[in-house]
Amino acid sequence: MPFLLNTPEDERAMLDAIGAASIDELFAMVPADLRLNRPLNIPPALTELELTTRMTQLAAANVPCGERVCFLGGGAYDHFIPAVVDAIAGRAEFYTSYTPYQAEASQGNLQAFFEYQTMITRLTGMDVANASLYDGATAAVEAVLMSMSATSRPKHVVTADTVHPEYRQTLAAYLKNLGVTLTTVATPTGAIGPAELAAAITEETACVLVQHPNFFGCLEEVEKLAQIAHDKGAMLIVIADPISLGLLKRPGDYDADIVVAEGQSLGNPLSFGGPYLGILACKDRLVRRMPGRIAGQTVDRRGKRCWVLTLQTREQHIRREKATSNICTNQGLLALRATVYLSLLGPQGMREVAELSLRKAHYAAEQLTAGNRLSLVFQHPTFKEFVVRDTQGNVPQLLADARAAGIYAGVPLAVWYPELADCFLVAVTEKRTRAEIDALAAALNAPPSKSSSHSNKSFATSAHA
Amino acid sequence: MKPEQLLFAKSHEWVFVEPDATGGKVATIGISAFALEALTDLVHIELPKIGRVLKAGQAFGEIESVKAVSDLYSPVDGAVVEVHDKLVGELENLPQDPYGNGWIVKIKLSDEAGLGSLMDYAAYKKQCEEEGH
Repeated sequence: MPFLLNTPEDERAMLDAIGAASIDELFAMVPADLRLNRPLNIPPALTELELTTRMTQLAAANVPCGERVCFLGGGAYDHFIPAVVDAIAGRAEFYTSYTPYQAEASQGNLQAFFEYQTMITRLTGMDVANASLYDGATAAVEAVLMSMSATSRPKHVVTADTVHPEYRQTLAAYLKNLGVTLTTVATPTGAIGPAELAAAITEETACVLVQHPNFFGCLEEVEKLAQIAHDKGAMLIVIADPISLGLLKRPGDYDADIVVAEGQSLGNPLSFGGPYLGILACKDRLVRRMPGRIAGQTVDRRGKRCWVLTLQTREQHIRREKATSNICTNQGLLALRATVYLSLLGPQGMREVAELSLRKAHYAAEQLTAGNRLSLVFQHPTFKEFVVRDTQGNVPQLLADARAAGIYAGVPLAVWYPELADCFLVAVTEKRTRAEIDALAAALNAPPSKSSSHSNKSFATSAHA
Repeated sequence: MKPEQLLFAKSHEWVFVEPDATGGKVATIGISAFALEALTDLVHIELPKIGRVLKAGQAFGEIESVKAVSDLYSPVDGAVVEVHDKLVGELENLPQDPYGNGWIVKIKLSDEAGLGSLMDYAAYKKQCEEEGH
């Protein structure tokens, strides 16, 4: 959209055209006792030059993850974003479009959403996908609400400690006033025990919400868990890592009912926590309960292929309080970026990214635990993340020392898992080089320094390879 | 069947009551041509399970068109004994014969008292005219 200024001359001409003496006069019908009669309590307007300077100062306080070596995970990851993604998503028609859902105005975006949906169904092995939701956490919640409605079991939901703690917090917030009991299966070994899950499910359970690979990076026994859930008539909802789907069996192929995911890893930057991309896909029989926008392909009256929003009678502007959700938007720009990323990589590229992440993470786990300081906490197979324990029990200092050396070594777990207060989560993506991983291992196994006078980035710059 | 033979609920369902084999009464239920015309193109119907127990006025399913979703309300007290499953795949045919082959469910009556509050076709037509779009 073009940006048009009004000069004082433009204002004068407009006021003259409508016969008003001033802009104030246009507010004359607002009763005097409702008028503020003072300027708003905000700083004066800045010129473009002053504003640019100010924003540059503020931005300088941020550290882009490209200037550090990043082993952070726990739901958002430093995966590579090819230049093509920015090149296409940066086009003004995409970058600044707002709620581009009208068929007569937004064929480009609707086509992109349709292609996004198609690729998501292929990636997940499910029948249908929507045009995206806000993020992985709310997507998981929407899936749970779908299952409660579809099974007519509005009273009981089962999840586990190995599901992202903040996803579970989000879920608890949504369920709080709905009279739903949320059972969380304990997972001391780092993955769900099938027997423990079976004991937690009843004939009243709407769904079992699991994450695979789970929050600790461990693989769950999803095929067994699917069987256990279905035996009691409960649905299986899987929170998947989209990158892992380049390698692992697709949830649709082990009979998951609904798949959700955080799509940030697909061509979207970390952005200090957002915006992110909620992925949701399900079996065909659930399509009428699926929330969110859905793009459909059809032909116009001249027989030309085109795209529209479809199945709109699911949505709240028609179904009102009986709709699954009140969401009536999608993460258009991020879904577009994910679509470009997926189409660029294709199945082969996705597999390569997954394999590199897997191999590098396993190499890192070996290197980190080769010394005396760190031990591997869980014994289950892992994908691209793993949990290590600091045998000296001083995780904050250890991570601070690594940070001073230019490395974000991992996510401390104390805030969510008190029993793992001496542990942290390390993620390794295809971006991490052998030298970076070796530098991480060296930094974490180095004897604690007396002074904190490391030069900044000493390990990071020497590790650049 | 002809609409003149039927009873109607305010919520546009029609009812045809007849004796069943066990000496009780069974009600065949559908929706009126007037309601179908307002809905326009049908896309989906949600039907109840056999055995579901209903009170008059209770919702037992949903009918969905391209522009709206409407609850289907039982005009009678009873239990569902038959469901017109074939409709789900042939929904576009429903408006062709709304009072015959467009039947939706059959309910075995548990209580006939509610029938008294249903309208005959003449009264129903009057209601539709007063609603008038």
